[in-house]
Amino acid sequence: MNGHGEKRLPGYHPSRRKFLTDMAATACGVGLLGMGIGLYSRQARSLPATAIRPPGALPEEEFQARCIRCGLCVRDCPYDILRLAKPGEEVATGTPYFIARTDPCEMCEDIPCVPACPTGALDHTLTDIRNARMGLAVLVDQESCIAFQGLRCEVCFNVCPIRGEAITLDRQHNLRSGKHALFIPVVHSDSCTGCGLCEKACILDEAAIRVLPRRLAKGKVGEHYRFGWKEKEAAGGSLVTPDPEHRYNLPEGVEYEHGGRGLIFNRDIDKVPVEGQQAEEPFSSDPLETQRRGIKETE
Amino acid sequence: MMAVSQRIGREAIEKKGWWQAHRWLILRRTSQLSILGLFLLGPWAGIWIIKGNLSSSLLLQTLPMTDPLLLVQTLLAGAVLPASSAIIGAVIVLFFYLLVGGRVYCSWVCPMNLVTDGANWLRERLNIHPVLALSRHTRYWMLGLTLLLSLGTGTLAFELVNPVSILHRGLLFGLGFGWVVVTGIFLFDLLMSKRGWCSHLCPMGAFYGLVGRYSPLRVRADQRDRCDDCLECYIVCPEPHVLTPVLRNAAQGAPPVVLSGECTNCGRCIDVCAEEVFTFGHRSRSPVSPSQHPARPAKQS
Repeated sequence: MNGHGEKRLPGYHPSRRKFLTDMAATACGVGLLGMGIGLYSRQARSLPATAIRPPGALPEEEFQARCIRCGLCVRDCPYDILRLAKPGEEVATGTPYFIARTDPCEMCEDIPCVPACPTGALDHTLTDIRNARMGLAVLVDQESCIAFQGLRCEVCFNVCPIRGEAITLDRQHNLRSGKHALFIPVVHSDSCTGCGLCEKACILDEAAIRVLPRRLAKGKVGEHYRFGWKEKEAAGGSLVTPDPEHRYNLPEGVEYEHGGRGLIFNRDIDKVPVEGQQAEEPFSSDPLETQRRGIKETE
Repeated sequence: MMAVSQRIGREAIEKKGWWQAHRWLILRRTSQLSILGLFLLGPWAGIWIIKGNLSSSLLLQTLPMTDPLLLVQTLLAGAVLPASSAIIGAVIVLFFYLLVGGRVYCSWVCPMNLVTDGANWLRERLNIHPVLALSRHTRYWMLGLTLLLSLGTGTLAFELVNPVSILHRGLLFGLGFGWVVVTGIFLFDLLMSKRGWCSHLCPMGAFYGLVGRYSPLRVRADQRDRCDDCLECYIVCPEPHVLTPVLRNAAQGAPPVVLSGECTNCGRCIDVCAEEVFTFGHRSRSPVSPSQHPARPAKQS
């Protein structure tokens, strides 16, 4: 004020002043409420990693803009796996989700939840459930997964609806026993829909394989990266001057085939080994040969 | 001394009989409970006449219905909707309420009305004087806030806390901590503000009030010269300011029809008026003689 506040100025109307202050008070109260709701809505954006959206769900930001919270997808799920988030849950109130560990998506052929969505928050262009990307299964705990201990489990591999594509078994040498194989489940992100059947089936008390949101589960190679062999394949040949052929310094009658069979013993010049006489191969294929030879020499 | 509210409708019962003095109230409660019942029939009995909730639903697997206010919020939040059943549903709902009066949603459909009417009934029984005098315009600020929040946050932010949808969705899909919100509204209406939620704050009510501004179905007071100033209609009306021009401004040429969109068409004024001043009718500004309302045979007192 300019110091004339006490004076009744020509434009001073008590009723107008009351009207304006009342309005300001209302605006202030509503504004405070809005601030609270606004901040809360930012928190409600962060979908917990265990809550998985139904198939065809748009990216989370877009999904929350479109989903009208009606629950028609929940009603049309024949396996009744979907639930609407209740107030107090971490998921945005009223939006649909499922928990893979307890109720995974059964991957219906006709995906009834998707056409049920009135707003297209579940993308109606998704017609093949194999193209759904609800999340990505990740073998998060190799220390607990019993396949890494050399035990035959493979339950996740066997329950996978896209068996042999979304999860394959990678055979590795079992270093502990020295003679067995490890059957390691490996998830392939180009086929995995994130249905969660593997997580549900994992035999551990706490699942070692879990469906994570793709944003958490996937890494990304830098745009500038070039893999030589892929470039070569695309170009139909090497893009740089080929290396001169490597010359191996090997005994007579032995060749080395790089990237192929490895050491080759040229049998044509091999002499037929005589009984009791050492073969002329520099390395025997029998690992016990050297040992036997040593014993013979000391006798 | 008996509270004013406790003698409401006594005269009407004496003059018109119990049914005539409660007709619209009973019909309204029947409507509210049957709509809720139809929704509950699915999850409780497996009879799916209607699926979804008041945000969006599907009647008999064919007729979509969508809350137009929610659809507007999704658009503001940045959703580019393709031609979808939500749009058709919103048009159907909008058309229905344009016809019968927007706030028919509030008094004949919304489940929260049962809660707030309960709070108001108890408040009057216990003679509690509310401490908070809210402006009836606050709801339009709330409506603005709701729309602004969608625009600003890119999500249906108000739906995170909206007591109406939390209650209805909660009854059908699980309430969770929603009971805190609903109890909060009940206590707010009971202790703090007379009809605080429905008549002062609810942005959905504000929206439907705007929708119903030009709807043809109205409460008429063609017999307003019979009014004996008992004020019972003012006491039962959730939006009593809508009655003033009709009952008080006859001399200034105010039409004998409630034209404010804020009237919820609950019909309680028709029930409690012993002099049968009010009827349901169309929005024509010129007086209509009682003989043109065959549904309401005029009783001579």
